Amino acid sequence: MIEAVPVEVEKNYLTEKQGVLSWFLTTDHKRIAILYTVAVTALFFLGGFFALMMRLELLSPRNWLVSAETYNKLFTMHGIIMVWFFLIPSIPNTLGNFVMPMALGAKDLAFPKLNLLSWYVFMFAAAVTVYALFRGGVDTGWTFYTPFSTSYSTTYVVAAAVGIFISGFSSILTGLNFIATTHKMRAPGLTWYRLPIFVWSMYATSLILVLATPVLAITLLMVAVERIFQVGIFDPALGGDPVLFQHMFWFYSHPAVYIMVLPAMAVVSEIIPAFARKPLFGYKAVAWSSIAIATLGFLVWGHHMFTAGTSVYSAMVFSFLSYCIAVPSAIKVFNWAATIYKGSISWDTPMLYAIGFVGLFTIGGMTGLFLAALGFDVHVQDTYFVVAHFHYIMVGGTVMAFLGGVHYWWPKISGKMYPEGLARVCAIVVFLGFNLTFFPQFVLGYLGMPRRYAAYPEEFQFLHILSTAGATILGVGYVAPLLYLLWAWKYAKPATSNPWRATGLEWKTPSPPPAHNFESTPVVNTRPYDYEAMKEELDLV
Amino acid sequence: MSDPVALELREQFATPEQQRETASAGMWIFLMTEVLMFGALFSAYTVYRILHPQGFALGSSEMDILLGSINTAILLTTSLMMAFAESNAQEGNERWLAICLIAVMLLGAVFLYVKFSEYIEHYHEHKAPGFWFEDSSPYANNVQLFFVFYFIMTGLHAVHMIIGIGIMAFLLFRTWVGSFSAQYHTPIVIGGLYWHFVDIVWIFLYAIFYLPGLHR
Ligand SMILES: [Cu+2]
Repeated sequence: MIEAVPVEVEKNYLTEKQGVLSWFLTTDHKRIAILYTVAVTALFFLGGFFALMMRLELLSPRNWLVSAETYNKLFTMHGIIMVWFFLIPSIPNTLGNFVMPMALGAKDLAFPKLNLLSWYVFMFAAAVTVYALFRGGVDTGWTFYTPFSTSYSTTYVVAAAVGIFISGFSSILTGLNFIATTHKMRAPGLTWYRLPIFVWSMYATSLILVLATPVLAITLLMVAVERIFQVGIFDPALGGDPVLFQHMFWFYSHPAVYIMVLPAMAVVSEIIPAFARKPLFGYKAVAWSSIAIATLGFLVWGHHMFTAGTSVYSAMVFSFLSYCIAVPSAIKVFNWAATIYKGSISWDTPMLYAIGFVGLFTIGGMTGLFLAALGFDVHVQDTYFVVAHFHYIMVGGTVMAFLGGVHYWWPKISGKMYPEGLARVCAIVVFLGFNLTFFPQFVLGYLGMPRRYAAYPEEFQFLHILSTAGATILGVGYVAPLLYLLWAWKYAKPATSNPWRATGLEWKTPSPPPAHNFESTPVVNTRPYDYEAMKEELDLV
Repeated sequence: MSDPVALELREQFATPEQQRETASAGMWIFLMTEVLMFGALFSAYTVYRILHPQGFALGSSEMDILLGSINTAILLTTSLMMAFAESNAQEGNERWLAICLIAVMLLGAVFLYVKFSEYIEHYHEHKAPGFWFEDSSPYANNVQLFFVFYFIMTGLHAVHMIIGIGIMAFLLFRTWVGSFSAQYHTPIVIGGLYWHFVDIVWIFLYAIFYLPGLHR
């Protein structure tokens, strides 16, 4: 065998320009995606550290590690960091930023400078929030419920609210950019029904980002005004209505769940056809179900307030609508399953994560239906059942898909492969660790263990120990990919332009891509996920 | 002289057409965000007005309807000026374009001056919310709630006005250096969209803060 002689390599987006400033002043969506990846990864481990502290504290029924006050701050900061500084930007701003323009055959997003601005706004917001944290933290819970947050808490509520307020601008700028890009930057021939589901789902996500985020901004602004001027916007003693806060907060925060999970669905819809070697089953249904989720998502916020004294009629309507939103989610799950059916499946790491996502998302979604049922919800309201439910969606769903997506597009991003065997083991470790962490919490909640308590009756200890053990395994499963991917960036073997033999325009350009993505603007004349045509091509070769 | 349209074409776009449409789509999407942002405040205002009709009526009767109406007239005039600016830009009359932009800015500044003198007046009458608020009616808390919304909503609107004047200044500068022509004047159209939106918001603010007090 003759060693391949390194030929004069064409410049790619990583080598095109050099130096620190070329990164901090870049308007290249691919570089901004990497800036975001570094930032959200750091914040993910910060939020994960808080989670680990909580799990350690819960090893014992008594307070043994931290005080009850510190525990309150731990779960608050865990929630704030994970929701606004990891889950919301995680997939859209990293993989979305990197892949979207290429999937559209575009040179860049519609507004590259706005894209960079959104990163700076995000970093500033993160700095303000981390400042609030180091000055002493916040103890209101990530939900900032009034009147505790406005009248009683003595912690840094305003600073944290300002941090989240600012991060909202970054979300809005990203959403705006993606919507305009999808409408106006598609390659010739790339009609809406030829778009990959990745783009459809990102588009739906962006609609929510643009329409829901301003409501959160205003709500937090009112909380801050009330705290600073002591004017009682949500204080019943001064004529305010604390439940109005909950309405406004959940008008954003329920759709925000779909900001977190629609991008995960976007990633999975790319991975599954590629590794089952089949076109995505029910393409149009999957595409429109993203839009349906985004729309219906705005109509179900009241299910967070079944026990807050809202009228039984409104509760019934919100319960019914919450059932309705399960339909488009189920459409996706069934179509993924139908895509896998009789496919020739290869069990590479991205596929392991994608399959894990489908299973865990299904459990998370089904338990969501339990919670949408009025009677059952009253029983488990504010218990670990709810905690387990949304962690199945957000950690089992979004984080799994994020990792799957990172592995799937890793060759494109870095131009290198990753250690496949090790990565598969880690995917399985993550899956097992996750279930060991959160499945016992369903049982805990059903038995009556309330959320947000640092101490608990002794009969719950066994399940809590199981959960903490699982969290430790999960932690290892998260650190390992960070380490081997950093290793792979430098030392792994180079990737070809299309290592997965996947469809999609991003695979038609070298890995890593040149600064403007394509040598010449691609023209599209085939349907998406055309794995049958690709099979014939490969058979001919 | 090089072609001004080609000069302004950013690298990510294939044609000036595409660039123009994308830019205006961007502004429309941004305005969607703004609608929801003000919409949240309008909803909260509505809830409290239904809960506390007396307090809100009392609060509104403290408004100076004359100043409010003058400000409304001023803003409608700026919208007209902005429309003239756009049509002059279309025809390539840079001189008149500049004059219209200056008119928009000056009238906008007058609006802000009137608005802030109203704020100061409210403060002297102890109607600014906070510990300096005083009211002898049995609905004092509700009157204060009215003023909280008044200050937040008109304040947010004033911030938009200040940003709008900044945008006009930027457009004026670009007109002055000769960036715009009959072929290329997208920023004028987009700045105009923003300005008109801020005007429309004011119409609603005028209706919910100044007009209810007229019945008394
Ligand atoms: Cu919800």
